[in-house]
Amino acid sequence: MQAGIIGYGVYIPRLRIKVSEIERVWEKSAGGLGVTEKAVAASDEDACTLAVQAARIACEDFSIDPKRINAIYVGSESHPYAVNPTASIVAEALGTSHKYFAVDMEFACKAGTAGLQVCYALKKAKMIDVGLAIGSDTAQSKPNDPLEFTAASGAAAFFIGDSKREVIAEIEYTCSYTSDMPDFWRRPKAEFPEHTGRFTGEAYFKHVINAAKLLLEETGYKASDFDYAVFHQPNGKFPIKAAKILGIAPEKVKQGLLCPLIGNTYSASTLIGLASVLDVAKPNEKVLVVSYGSGAGSDAFVLNVTENIEHRRARKAVFEIIKEKEYIDYALYVRHRRKIKSL
Amino acid sequence: MPVPLNWRRFPERYLLRGSYCETCKQAFFPSRAICPNCRRKGKLISIEMPRTGRIISYTRVHVPPEGFKNEAPYYLAIIELENGAKVLSQIVDSNPEKIKIGARVKKVFRRIAEPDEYGTITYGYKFKVIE
Ligand SMILES: [Zn+2]
Repeated sequence: MQAGIIGYGVYIPRLRIKVSEIERVWEKSAGGLGVTEKAVAASDEDACTLAVQAARIACEDFSIDPKRINAIYVGSESHPYAVNPTASIVAEALGTSHKYFAVDMEFACKAGTAGLQVCYALKKAKMIDVGLAIGSDTAQSKPNDPLEFTAASGAAAFFIGDSKREVIAEIEYTCSYTSDMPDFWRRPKAEFPEHTGRFTGEAYFKHVINAAKLLLEETGYKASDFDYAVFHQPNGKFPIKAAKILGIAPEKVKQGLLCPLIGNTYSASTLIGLASVLDVAKPNEKVLVVSYGSGAGSDAFVLNVTENIEHRRARKAVFEIIKEKEYIDYALYVRHRRKIKSL
Repeated sequence: MPVPLNWRRFPERYLLRGSYCETCKQAFFPSRAICPNCRRKGKLISIEMPRTGRIISYTRVHVPPEGFKNEAPYYLAIIELENGAKVLSQIVDSNPEKIKIGARVKKVFRRIAEPDEYGTITYGYKFKVIE
């Protein structure tokens, strides 16, 4: 069997803040972002703990023994350490062996899908039994910055393997479209990222659309061949617009569009969308996945859902997971996200 | 806690690794050097504890020890794991009305402490109430 996804897990922190609450504090409108609330990590959570939670759920729901993991890639723009890997902490917390490839990845919001590509390549080269790719972020945003309306926290973990009994979605093809386009960045000692406003939209569509077109060209598929499409979701609008440009019906995007209810989970965003599609997908359905990372690049994938999906599903669908929540106001939000500087 | 000393406790903190006595079939957490029941006849092995259990006692901490000031008030509970071993742990992510004796709990991975912005972050287990 082709290498592909053998299991996945999603973790969304319990806390939520409504966009209307942020609007109330700064007395301004978020504009038409298509986002109503965002997930907020608690003060004792970070990209590493989120990653562990997502991977643990995947191991449990899909009966994957952590000892089989030979590769771990954790993509994030909020790794808890500047130096000292998140990947090795995640491995230790899962109880893996010590024979595994590991590195932390960073490419703004697409580091998670980059990890997926590396695991897929290692599996194709038969260098590993099982690979683990994680996208995890506790996205930072300056108070009163437009990013604050959407910058959220979440994680998704994907296991890659090629066992005939386990693969739920084969990875048929993947490619990337990358260029030097600095629409969003953070210098080493800066606490919050900077961005270029509208230029971000230009960079998003340039890379997402070109990566998708490259993929269609190289595989010979038409946009209409796909049953679902998942795009990186910095807001609720961009993925729908990207689908329209490519000639994909907006209904095919809805199942994988979580941003309106949890915000932009950065490196986890596209992967959480994919997890939600796999929650409901049927055998032989085809999924198009296109991530986006500022700086800038997009990773595109063709996934073919297999018969195994009938008996290998997450115990709790993403749309169920996000129902477990507790609303906080802006004051508790700045306490949890450690934005109170005198403490 | 010095980094090397903390590191030696990773198996306990990350995976709830404790002891199991093959002679009297009892599990212990944290690990024991000698079985308190069997003494020299005990045969201890290292095992990962189950990740679920029940609250057998709890309290709400308002006056926390050094380093936990900003986390208080928080819930602390004694949990009986599915194999009978007992663990003292913080309870997080749970509706206060649901934190009670007999409540089913599940292990989660969280930050435990962070001395300042230069030192290492200590990670480990906490528990949350599950339905
Ligand atoms: Zn004994």
